[in-house]
Amino acid sequence: MSHTVQKAPADAGTATASTSLMDVLKRVDWHRYVIYIAFVVVFLFFAVLLGDQGFLSSNNLLNILRQTATITVIAVGMTYVIACAEIDLSVGSVAGLASVSCAMAISNWGLVPGILAGLAVGLVVGTINGGLVSMLGIPSFLVTLGMLGIAAGVAQWITSSAPQPILNDTFNLTFGGGDFGPIPGLIVWAAVFVAVGAVVLNKTRFGRQVLATGGNRTAAEFTGIKTRRIKFQVLLISATVASVAGMLYAGRLQSGRFQWGAGDELSAIAAVILGGTSLFGGSGAVIGTMFGALLIGLINNGLILAGLDSSQQQVVRGVIIILAVALARKK
Amino acid sequence: MAHPIPAVQMRGIHKAFYGTTVLDDVDFEVLPGEVHALAGGNGAGKSTLMKILQGVYSMDRGTIAIAGQPVQINSIHEARANGIGMVFQEFSLVPSLTVAQNVFLTAEPLGRGGLISDREAVRLAREVFAEMEVEVDPKAVVADLGTAYWQLTEIAKALGQDARVLIMDEPTASLAKHETEALFDLVERLKARGISIIYISHRMDEVYRIADRITILRDGRRLLTEKLTDVTPEQIVEGIVGRKIEGLSYRHRGHETDAAPLLEATDLRAGSRVNGVTLTVRPGEIIGLAGLMGSGRTELARVLFGIDKLDSGEVKLHGKVVTISNPQQAISHGLALIPEDRRAQGLVLEHSVRDNLLLPLLDRTRKGPFLSATAARELSERLISHFAVKVDNPGRPVRLLSGGNQQKVVLAKWLGTEPDLLILDEPTAGVDIGTKSEILEMIRNLADDGKAVIVISSEYPELLAVSDRILVLRDGAVSADLPRRDIADEETLQLAVQGVHS
Repeated sequence: MSHTVQKAPADAGTATASTSLMDVLKRVDWHRYVIYIAFVVVFLFFAVLLGDQGFLSSNNLLNILRQTATITVIAVGMTYVIACAEIDLSVGSVAGLASVSCAMAISNWGLVPGILAGLAVGLVVGTINGGLVSMLGIPSFLVTLGMLGIAAGVAQWITSSAPQPILNDTFNLTFGGGDFGPIPGLIVWAAVFVAVGAVVLNKTRFGRQVLATGGNRTAAEFTGIKTRRIKFQVLLISATVASVAGMLYAGRLQSGRFQWGAGDELSAIAAVILGGTSLFGGSGAVIGTMFGALLIGLINNGLILAGLDSSQQQVVRGVIIILAVALARKK
Repeated sequence: MAHPIPAVQMRGIHKAFYGTTVLDDVDFEVLPGEVHALAGGNGAGKSTLMKILQGVYSMDRGTIAIAGQPVQINSIHEARANGIGMVFQEFSLVPSLTVAQNVFLTAEPLGRGGLISDREAVRLAREVFAEMEVEVDPKAVVADLGTAYWQLTEIAKALGQDARVLIMDEPTASLAKHETEALFDLVERLKARGISIIYISHRMDEVYRIADRITILRDGRRLLTEKLTDVTPEQIVEGIVGRKIEGLSYRHRGHETDAAPLLEATDLRAGSRVNGVTLTVRPGEIIGLAGLMGSGRTELARVLFGIDKLDSGEVKLHGKVVTISNPQQAISHGLALIPEDRRAQGLVLEHSVRDNLLLPLLDRTRKGPFLSATAARELSERLISHFAVKVDNPGRPVRLLSGGNQQKVVLAKWLGTEPDLLILDEPTAGVDIGTKSEILEMIRNLADDGKAVIVISSEYPELLAVSDRILVLRDGAVSADLPRRDIADEETLQLAVQGVHS
């Protein structure tokens, strides 16, 4: 506890002439920026390699954004859950269940009941997930793993596995099918979720309490934070956000289907981790998450343009994700 | 002289858990600007009393008044609203957040549109640190800072939220000597500002150094409250343990100084912290390792035990050169390391006392390929009684034991392997004085049985009490090799450690 100034690592960047470039690089905490570096590198790589195949055309770039949008929305909710040191595996099937519930309610009762039905799926599932985790102390991994099966099963059951067409144009145009001005609606939806998610996590007391609970639950508890409530809330948020994503699937594809969103939980988790949120909680970056989702979208798109078949795509995608996460580790 | 209104006055506090009385009619008061030491053995009720004051536990009977006003404290929140701040023994910060974010956690300054203003938090944190007259970068991430800064951050966190009473629980446990001095200076400054401090410590010298009064609890009752000028250390120690303590002063033990060395290490080098250590340990000898934080003591222990890789140098055991590149080899060569952080490195906290004890001994409880429950029970019972671990049911998780008893479990666990050379890193950190003397006595008995012991400690009185020879480490090498009889007192050792040759 000396009275001398402890130099923060960032200040140490003022290198003397004798320190080599390596030393300087070592001291910059570049791990935090891995996602941005990776994004730029992969982008440039595809731009050079696939420029002729139309990778850089504005149409293709918009396509990437559009295809990434729903994952981005889900991943914003997932960022809160993971920053709080929990996990939500049920988001993909919640999206599917929300899409069919919404579609069936629209065809029976109209637009507004449809949207409410979709949201209700998220609220109900989120309440159950959050309640079991925070009240009974069951690990979220197990609760949401169970819920993944339940939601998917219910969605398939109530529709008898049949797609549920949505003929309401207002719905389809608003939820991802149409454009807001010149910009595809899906991209606007994703941008809004990212913006709100980033501000709430970084700039509100709620967001700070999520990070504190994830970073050191005991400390948070002893600081007067109701950590159970925080855990409940993040799971509620995640499921509700997933239900909106499900309606975005429904609007874009003009139907509800139990398969919509299947497997999205893994892409969303990958996006969150790539974005620099710690899997052990305590830190979270919504903007990073967005870039994580974009990177995954970029890779998918590039690999398709490069002519790889879907099995090869999976392998390459997996390798890139492991590589990026390995580089982003602190030690 | 008018009696000032106490900052905190607790009267007739009574608390029972499941029918067991933990606090029985305890009175406790702290005056404004007073440092009041709270002492007592494990289970005396200190932490329960403090948890009641902090709103963690509710009391069964009794009253609390803050600055003369009767208050109800039913939650941590209410305690803080009443100006009670806590500096925890186990640090309670969120490592992933910055210093300023931690200081104002749940009380963040809000700026435009009700959003948190981190810039304002940094500014206010700077003000708090300026008032404390210490320099800490509020923008630094807590995980990147040393423990001394963690503690300053905790104190700032309490002060930043207008605490008038600070509870400090073993605040110096993880601090080096100069950091402790800086903390004491800070305590003086806080006192001058009228802030009251409840100081919980097992270290008698510290209590005398900074406290004005002391309250001793024993078995849930208040034994005495006295000015420190009116009691002797012997009275305090006796009050805490309820009997006279003998193990804490040096006792000469005759051991063969010309016996063949058990361990000879020559010019050990590893990483940046061990830079050419040469040492010899004979059977029956207790070697103390002294040095400042970062002098390489712990790293040396890790290298000897095969946890860290040895870059160069030679290790001989019983005169034969050996290679120890992992802990399994170290154990098979008869070494045991009792690590610094018993919770993280020495125990599986959720496992039972018995399972913890038997972990290194599984081979001995085997019948064929399976573990024998009977053999396990017998062996663990023997260890528990031999090492006087206070435990009602060895099947309960070790997490439920007090710090001192946890440490005994760690000791018992390793001594069960019957090692020839025992390395103990801070063996008495955070244990009460009664247990401490038992542990020191245990170490002496081990040496009397012909085992060689290396004790690493930041507490000079402890090193002086138990060591036959003290090696001073400095910058990863042995800078002095002092037989115990050549060290006159603590100050001599202190000077040697600081590198001042008299």
